[in-house]
Amino acid sequence: MATQHSRAAARFMIAPSVVLLLAWMLIPLGMTIWFSLLRYNLLMPGDNPFVGFENYSYFLTDPAFQTAIVNTLLLVGGILLITVCGGIGLAVLLDQPMWGTGIVRIMVISPFFVMPTVSALVWKNMFMNPVNGLFAYVAGVLGLPAFDFLTAAPLASIIGIVSWQWLPFATLILLTAMQSLDSEQLEAAEIDGASAWSRFYYIKLPHLARAITVVVLIQTIFLLSIFAEIYVTTAGGPGNASINLTYLVFQESLQRYDVGTASAGGVVAIILANIVAIFLMRMIGKNLDA
Amino acid sequence: MARAVPNSVKARNTAIAWIIAILIFFPILWTILTSFKTEGAAIADPPVFLFFDWTMENYTTVQERSDYFGHFMNSVIISVGSTVLGLAIAIPAAWAMAFVPGRQTKNVLMWMLSTKMLPPVGVLVPIYLIFRDWGLLDTRVGLVIVLTLINLPIIVWMLYTYFREIPSDILEAARMDGATLQSEVIHVLLPMAVPGIASTLLLNIILAWNEAFWTLNLVAANAAPLTAFIASYSSPEGLFYAKLSAASTMAIAPILIMGWFSQKQLVRGLTFGAVK
Repeated sequence: MATQHSRAAARFMIAPSVVLLLAWMLIPLGMTIWFSLLRYNLLMPGDNPFVGFENYSYFLTDPAFQTAIVNTLLLVGGILLITVCGGIGLAVLLDQPMWGTGIVRIMVISPFFVMPTVSALVWKNMFMNPVNGLFAYVAGVLGLPAFDFLTAAPLASIIGIVSWQWLPFATLILLTAMQSLDSEQLEAAEIDGASAWSRFYYIKLPHLARAITVVVLIQTIFLLSIFAEIYVTTAGGPGNASINLTYLVFQESLQRYDVGTASAGGVVAIILANIVAIFLMRMIGKNLDA
Repeated sequence: MARAVPNSVKARNTAIAWIIAILIFFPILWTILTSFKTEGAAIADPPVFLFFDWTMENYTTVQERSDYFGHFMNSVIISVGSTVLGLAIAIPAAWAMAFVPGRQTKNVLMWMLSTKMLPPVGVLVPIYLIFRDWGLLDTRVGLVIVLTLINLPIIVWMLYTYFREIPSDILEAARMDGATLQSEVIHVLLPMAVPGIASTLLLNIILAWNEAFWTLNLVAANAAPLTAFIASYSSPEGLFYAKLSAASTMAIAPILIMGWFSQKQLVRGLTFGAVK
């Protein structure tokens, strides 16, 4: 079917997407790398001298950078742990026969569709607020002192909020994968006397392995760039307690106008994301051949 | 499972699942309920659940004070605009890759995907400066351009996975029957492609509607869609729970409903076809 003519037409049809994405990727990326080598601050007009790796050494030795890296890893790790474990549990549960599956599913996936600024503000004000929040009320009923979540445990609170947003995603994908499991295999195991636990451990979990990997990798890409939730809840504070790499670069650029340092930070963020991306691309690439 | 399950087991599953589901859904439910309360009832101690004086007052106040409808329309224009533009660019590309696959097709697809892995903060500074110099800051056009580009790889991928499932034999069959190229496209291919295009459209509107990083950084008062507008409630205004809830409910309701209809497509779209 593919003649010389249709090949040329195909190239012509693909070209706009490729050219646009190429421009979107290469031009800003080139600019970021170039800026990262200059002393360039928007508040200090004048020429922007080439300073080599000065911005990098400044950025990498900034104590805020170390906090940001640790927090970034804690955020990604904590949220992955909660959402993947919770997601597996929920997928197993929702795969069971029950009444009202449709409504249960709708309720469980809903948080994923709530825009980040809304979910962060609702949690911050209506639940975690130490005076009027619902948690403070529950603590009061239980005779406990009210806990100021976003001041006393800002990072853990943000982990909680973002986990609530991403748990539905993990659940939905793992449930989809679970439903492709051959039920005859499970029945055979049951007839052979396998307990519910061993059916889970030896049949369901291995079947989910691939989907779990996909969930981990895709979420990691998004979680490395958590921004809006920090922006509206703690703004990185108190101090730098809940700052992550994305937020730190945001502060350097749009709050301190230090283009050079921010660009160096951007390059560091790109390198970090690429390490994850390589693994993800391999997984998806393999699937394309199948 | 095909076998009959004892009702007791089913009842136990149902109870556990409903309790967990309601807990997960509760913050959304609570927001919707609070939006119908007076400010006093919203912070009542003990909290009131259903038995309060239901009022629509917050919805009208939110509109009067801040041109809520204007921001809502910004969200509609930006999310629909970027999606339609993205589809216009992506449909030919996905079509060509699915029906005339070449040796490079896989590499092109993988490369497109790799652009999605670029953390936005890595290109924040140059994009901000380009926008400033070209007068695109705080404009709907600027945001449409950025959202089109960041979602283009997902659109191409999703369309590609749908188009690839259209059997190309059917084209040959149509041709045997004497169909012209034009009638082939209109009567055979298009009807088979429409569901895939519709799903892609739906998922992409959801993603664009909820996008926060670029939205918060590139727009201010004029072009602000709801994501950015709601963020302004992080100031003391947020302590007006009933109004915050009303603004939030209107912002999430349309997308929540669209999301419920696109569960399946969501999996395919966000895993780039790796899980179906």
